[in-house]
Amino acid sequence: MTSEHIVRAFDEDLKRLDNIIAQMGGLAESQLADAIEAMVRRDSTLAERVIASDRRIDTLEQEVDDLAVKMLALRQPFAEDLRVVITALKTSGIVERIGDYAKNIAKRSVAISQTPPIGPTKTIARMGAQVQAMIKNVLDAYVARDAVKAELVRDSDSEVDLLHTSLFREILTYMMEDPRNISSCTHLLFVAKNIERIGDHATNIAENVHFLVHGNMPSEKRNKDDQSSYTIVKPGGAGE
Amino acid sequence: MLMDQKLQASSTLARPLSKSVAPIKLKARSVSVFYGESQALFGIDLDIPKNQVTSLIGPSGCGKSTFLRCFNRMNDIIDGCQVSGNIHLDELDIYDKSIDVVHLRARVGMVFQKPNPFPKSIYDNVSYGPKIHGLASDKTEMDQIVQASLERAGLWKEVKDRLSSPGTGLSGGQQQRLCIARAIAVEPEVILMDEPCSALDPIATAKIEELMDELKNNFTIAIVTHSMQQAARVSQRTAFFHLGKLIEVGDTQQVFTTPKETRTQEYITGRFG
Repeated sequence: MTSEHIVRAFDEDLKRLDNIIAQMGGLAESQLADAIEAMVRRDSTLAERVIASDRRIDTLEQEVDDLAVKMLALRQPFAEDLRVVITALKTSGIVERIGDYAKNIAKRSVAISQTPPIGPTKTIARMGAQVQAMIKNVLDAYVARDAVKAELVRDSDSEVDLLHTSLFREILTYMMEDPRNISSCTHLLFVAKNIERIGDHATNIAENVHFLVHGNMPSEKRNKDDQSSYTIVKPGGAGE
Repeated sequence: MLMDQKLQASSTLARPLSKSVAPIKLKARSVSVFYGESQALFGIDLDIPKNQVTSLIGPSGCGKSTFLRCFNRMNDIIDGCQVSGNIHLDELDIYDKSIDVVHLRARVGMVFQKPNPFPKSIYDNVSYGPKIHGLASDKTEMDQIVQASLERAGLWKEVKDRLSSPGTGLSGGQQQRLCIARAIAVEPEVILMDEPCSALDPIATAKIEELMDELKNNFTIAIVTHSMQQAARVSQRTAFFHLGKLIEVGDTQQVFTTPKETRTQEYITGRFG
């Protein structure tokens, strides 16, 4: 809908909602990138900065909540306007959660940096980059009201799931090889899980974009390829 | 003009327009209205489901009030106004030449924008209709009708001790409920409301809206309103009119969350109007 409201302040509020969400998304994206970089480079200073910066996302989430409540109360939006407000409320909650996961990765990177370096870190970095692109694309789709682009993000989550499943096996194998790896590998397992969860959250945002554009949730079920919950690795390399 | 087209009418009626499962109380087909040379409505097809509230919305001059007035032939009293197409109340063709308009208006009652009680007592306001239609055989029966009507209009408790005071002495909201009591006293099947709350404060408005919700169990209600929030609150079906045409009709929730037509969306979100 391109035409403007008769009450111009309404348009300004709607634009402001979009802007805050875009800003939150940008922050979450860079928080994730920095957290992973902190892990790869074993850079505790960067990790601490990520941990401290999470407050900025929380503050913006509060701003979205306040503005959305104000708009519901004062403007009683209908149709697409209503969907914009509802979607902003839901999405800001999701992005805030993504920020929390990034923060958790940063915390774990501090612990990981105190243990000897091990192999899976690089695979995790690759998975992180992929999820980071998902966050970027889904928020671009959000701001552009592009349901097709959002759908592509939703589809791409299955690659992340596959990556997570294989990482899970890899990390378990490292643990079996040498019990001294268990501490760092446990942290890496959580890091991988966090990234996988962020991918799921990105697909939730993609579904919200579909709702925003079409007024309903996407009907087709998403492929779920994360098999890590069923994975067992037996000693001697016979995985199942 | 319209009534000699029985055959054509029945074939038109076979076309289901509404997906709603409720039986249809009022059925309008190809209704056009002219005020002299100028055309106010263009071929409207609309079903009003029984025991539901249907709201007609749209910007000023869109024809919604004109359309509402077709249902009890209130347009007949306007000079130079011509109605074509057909409207059925159940199976009755209400524009048939044999129709007694007074009787029709007893079946299809109306409540107007400005409360318009007769300059008579509260009691007489309500008993007037039943009296002229001979609905009560004696004073006791009339008392019962008056009390029942005032109760159903949610006004009884407020006026039972002053039934002989003038109706015009009541507050605006009470006057409007008195008009509703007057309308339902003759046991109509349909109640038409033309912006019934636009002269009332929010409390009086809430009372009327609550009343509509109850009344719909016994009556079929069609309401013209300028308040989108009111349409959203009270009605199950919403029809959006623009420039004399019916743009969209659907379940109220659908129309206000995911309207199909761009013009509907632009109107209800305050982008023109």
